[in-house]
Formats: sequence, structure tokens, C-alpha cells
Amino acid sequence: MTGVGGGLGLWIVPLAVLGGAVRVSTPFLFVSLGECITERGGRINLGLEGTLVMGAMSGYAVSYLSGSPWLGVLAAGIVGIFMGLLHGAICSLQRVNDIAVGIALMLFGVGLADYLGKPFIQPAAPQLPAINFGWWASSPDVQHALKINELFLVGVALVPLLVWAFRATRWGLILRIVGESADAARALGYPVIPVRIIATCCGGFLAGVGGSFLSLYYPGAWSERISSGQGITAVALVIFARWNPQLCFYAALLFGGAGALGPSLQAVGVHGGYYLLNAAPYILTLLIMIVTCSPKRALVGAPAELSITK
Amino acid sequence: MVDETASTLIRPPPAGHGDAAAIASNAAAVVAAPGPRPRRGFAAGGTAIEAVLVPAGALILSLLLFGVFVACAGVNPLAVYRYMVEGSVGSWFSVQNTLTRAAPLLLTGLCTALPAQAGLMIIGNEGAFVMGGLAAAMAGVALHGAPAPLALAAMTLAGTAAGAVWIAFAGGLRHWRGVNETISSLLLNYIAIAILNQLVEGPFRDPRSLNKPSSPSIGYDHMIDSIPGTEIHWGLVVGIVVCIAAYVLIRHTTIGFATRIAGGNLRAARMVGLPIGWLVMLTCALGGAAAGLAGMIELAAVQERASADLVTGYGYTGILVAFLARQNPLAIIPVAMLLGGIGASGGLLQRHLGLPDAATVVLQGIIFVMILASDAVYGRLPWFKRADAAA
Repeated sequence: MTGVGGGLGLWIVPLAVLGGAVRVSTPFLFVSLGECITERGGRINLGLEGTLVMGAMSGYAVSYLSGSPWLGVLAAGIVGIFMGLLHGAICSLQRVNDIAVGIALMLFGVGLADYLGKPFIQPAAPQLPAINFGWWASSPDVQHALKINELFLVGVALVPLLVWAFRATRWGLILRIVGESADAARALGYPVIPVRIIATCCGGFLAGVGGSFLSLYYPGAWSERISSGQGITAVALVIFARWNPQLCFYAALLFGGAGALGPSLQAVGVHGGYYLLNAAPYILTLLIMIVTCSPKRALVGAPAELSITK
Repeated sequence: MVDETASTLIRPPPAGHGDAAAIASNAAAVVAAPGPRPRRGFAAGGTAIEAVLVPAGALILSLLLFGVFVACAGVNPLAVYRYMVEGSVGSWFSVQNTLTRAAPLLLTGLCTALPAQAGLMIIGNEGAFVMGGLAAAMAGVALHGAPAPLALAAMTLAGTAAGAVWIAFAGGLRHWRGVNETISSLLLNYIAIAILNQLVEGPFRDPRSLNKPSSPSIGYDHMIDSIPGTEIHWGLVVGIVVCIAAYVLIRHTTIGFATRIAGGNLRAARMVGLPIGWLVMLTCALGGAAAGLAGMIELAAVQERASADLVTGYGYTGILVAFLARQNPLAIIPVAMLLGGIGASGGLLQRHLGLPDAATVVLQGIIFVMILASDAVYGRLPWFKRADAAA
């Protein structure tokens, strides 16, 4: 562990974790914000794992074919809408369990992305631009840590927007009513099923965009195993964040930091426990769920129509 | 689910919790009561035909959709169907391939189907499979020089125990901490794979495995044989026997009966004083043990040493097997063979038609979605209408 990090010594680790947190957290942020919208409407979509991978594949493919990474992001979002529509429509059939459909769409999405993405494993697609906030620093490590992708900033901007939308807009109110009590929503004359389908589509859009970040910035190439459980971790993160977009943001940063721990330590030459460190986000998720869940009371802030909290 | 019937059914709980007669009569009332929907998976009487026809219809529809899908990719769907039949049952070689692939699916399917009886949706099959294979490898390497029956018994014990603990952990978290078991068991998959990779690249690595890190070999003497006259290993027989045993346990024992009450109506089960926590733990442990046994057999019959190759995908396919069998352990037997056949035909599709190996995964995904969507059809087809279905 000597002589690495160019003068910064071991300070490189927290710095890299911080920089990595911003980088790794972006997909977590988008998926959890999307799932937040879906779950506020009273449905849970575990299929976002599949949506994330489909978004990564289609974003990369479109960016490669068109030459514009932002077009790729848009395509990933549109693919996400379709995946959400599929989930929303099937769940609207009578007696169909939304968690089971999520599992099915997770397997389906991963398989389909693998199938369609075969031709795009080799070629290099144009990547999303990053803004260098570390221009003032002389150390390349600091510069690297402060290089922040524009898509992350979009995600950050979405957070207050969603908080405001849930609290103060008519749409947000309708969504919350549908999520709290379908009967009340029906009595008020709001169409429950269409609202939920739209909410699932919105969630799918954001998850698709989050997926495009994986293939278009970090790790920055398309492969079948690009997301191993980030989508599902993000779904668990929404529970931890109590369906609050602002808390989702902090939780995403925390999970991003956990995910960046392994690579950061490896960069300074600590190789022991590489795989276990890479599993840190999953272990952290599990621990957080154990600590924060309780069988005795409903979770604070949970939409009452949500199947997992019933 | 069936709460509206439950509230009218449940009398005040019996005075003494150990009052067996009261428990039995209450439980019988709960189960015999005509609910708004027939109990999933074990359709009775006239709905038995429905329970076969609806999934079969969904399956045919899925195959048609898959045909449209490959047609969009410029491949003749009829050729696809022909090669699928040829690759799964077309020759003795294909049949053996199909049955060999079905063997682990019989057991990984139970990992979802058994906890489902208690109302849990477990998808940690892959993790339990991996942990079972890893633990069996450790036992096998440790007993390298021991007599074969002893080594095999120890490997079986280690594999099933590891799988059982793995899934029972998710079940326990669900019952005592209220942690959603679907999410936690999926997270446990990734953790299991990380543990496997960590061990075979570190302390449990055979230094001679250079380009592909793997554990030391368990030794050829300790491997599971093929069924005489075939290339199929004994895992197929083990799987079928375990499925039948699981069916008997669920359908014809008191424990199975109590589990189904807990799964069908939690409040009713609580009212009659069933030990729900232990029932949940038991079914999860048994399901995990089945998947762990599958991992042990995969190691001892096929792979010989633990490596990243233990992540086979049999666990994920097992989820589909369980749902396609409508969580019925007996129905898992034909369904596992069906999906084994689909997997077996993948090679032929790849070689003759240039379809990527993910094509069979896409087909599995389509089948999964269609099967779930077909849940909406039950009790609504005019020729299956029953008096209580309208209630």
C-alpha cells in the first residue's frame, strides 16, 4: 500500500468512495425515484431490474447507431415505458399478483436484453458527457473524483421536483389517493387502474434512463451482466427511504458509496475480500431492511394499498 | 385474499391453546369453506381439468408469441419449432439431454413451491443452489480419502443443510422482522455468489487451477454415477422422489395441512393457534434443502469442483418451474421436464438457425409472463363456471 495515490496517501480511499458514490449512485437514484412514483400509486414493480438492463442495452445500441448519447438515454426511457406498460397492464388483470409479474419481467427483461444486445457487445458507443468540477485541483485523483456526469445532475434536479409534485400538484394528490385507498379514489371518481398504469410507466421511464447511465457512463460499456441486482436493490432502497424522494437521494448516495468501496480499495492495492466488498450494497440493503422493518407495525409513510406492507 | 370469508368464519379463539379438537374443527371449517376463489395449485374436482388446460393454453400462446418474435428476427418460426422438438425429444441423445437438465429443476422448483404453501414468495433458489454446491465441495474435499458412501452422505448433508439455512434465514426474517422475503432472498443470491467467488479465488482455491479459479477436486471416486445404460445421472431419480415426498408432505400430513392454512389465511391460522413461525421456517428450510441438494448433485455428478460455473441459472429457471406447476410439487415433475427440453433445444437453435443462446431465456420469460396473466382466466371460462366461482 505504498506510493499509491500520488501524495494523497490513504486519503485517496475516502475521496474515491465519495467520487464513486456520485458515480455509482446515479442508477440507484433514477430507479428508486421511479419506483417511488410506482409504489405511491399502490403497486410494486420488481421488474425494474429487467427494465434497468433493457435500458442499458437499448441506450447503448441507440447511442452507437445514432452517435448521440442523449438520444440513447431517451430511447432507454421509452423502452422503460413499454416495460412499465407491460407490468401495469398485466397487473391490472384480476387476481394477478404484482410481485410475481415483477419477477417474471425481471427474467424476461434480462433475457431479452441479452438476446437483442448480442451485436452491441463489441462496438464502442459515444458516452455521456461529464462536467469537471475539479478543474481547480492539481491532483488527478481529486479531478477524477469531482468529475460529475450531467445525468446525475438531472437526477438531483428531479428530487425536489418530485417532492413538490407529490405534495402540491393535482396529479400528485390523485396518485397518493389511489395509493392510499382505491375505494376512496373510486368514490371521488378517479380511475384507479389507469392511474396505476401511468405511475408504473413513469417508473419504467426513470429506470430505463438509469439503465442507460450504466452502459453510457459507468461502467460505460454494454455486457449482459452489467446490472447484477442494482434494480432490485433500488426497490428495497425505496422501502428504506420511506417512499420519500428526498430520502431516496440520500439512500442512493449511501448505496453508491458502498458500491464504490470495493473498487476504491482495490485502487490503493487492497485486494483481499474483493468479491465480498463488491457485494457490500446487497449486504447493506439486507442489514438495513432487518433493522428498519418490523412485523408489529406498518411502515411509516407506506402507501396503504401496497401489497408488500399489507 | 380471502379475508372477507375469514371474518365471518372465525370464532373467538379456543380458550386453551392446546385444545386440539377445537383447533381441528376450526381449521377444517376454514379449509372447507367455499372461498371466493379455489385454493391455488390444488384445484379440486371439476377444476382439475381447468388447472391443466389453462397453463397449457398459456404455453401454446407463449410458443406462438415466440414464433412471432423470431420471425421478426428473420428466422422461420416453423423451423424453430421443428428444431425445438428435435432438440428435446427427437433422439435418444436429446431425451437424455432433456432429462439431465430437468434433474436440477425438479429440486430448485421446490425451493419456490414449498415456501409458497405457507404464503411466501421465495426467489432465492440460485443462492441456495450455489451454497449447497459450495458446502458439498467443502465436505467432499475434506473427506477426500474416506470411503465413497461416507463422503457422499457427508456431501449430501452439507449441501442440504447449507441450502436450508440460507432460505430459512429469509423465512425467519420475514416472520420475525417483517422483511419482504422476495427481496431478501433475491439479495441473498448475490451474496451467495460473492461468497462462492471469494472462496474459490482465495482460501478454497486449488493452486493448480490457473486460468479458471476453482476449488480442489472432490475426486472421481466420490462422484455420482449415471443410471445404468444412460448418460443421465441419478439426480433425476432423486429429484422425482423428493418431489413425490414433498407432495405427500403437503397434501397428506398434518404439518402440510397446517402450512396450507397458514398460507391461505394467516389470520385464521393465528386464531387457531398454529405455530406459524415454525411452519414458515420449516417450509423455507425444506425448500432451501431441495435447492441445496440440487447444487450438491450438480457438483458431485457434473462439475467435480466448485467454481464460478456453479452459477448455472437452474435456480432462476426453478422459479418459473414452480409458477408453471402452480406451486404443486407433483406438477413440478412434468414441468421440469418441459423446461429441461426447452433448455436442451437451445444448442440446436444456435447451431442451425444462428439464434443467440439467450433465445431460450426469452421464451422462458414469455412463458412466465403468460402463465401469470392466465391467472385472470381461472373460473371465468364459461365451461368451468362453478356455483362458488360466482360468489
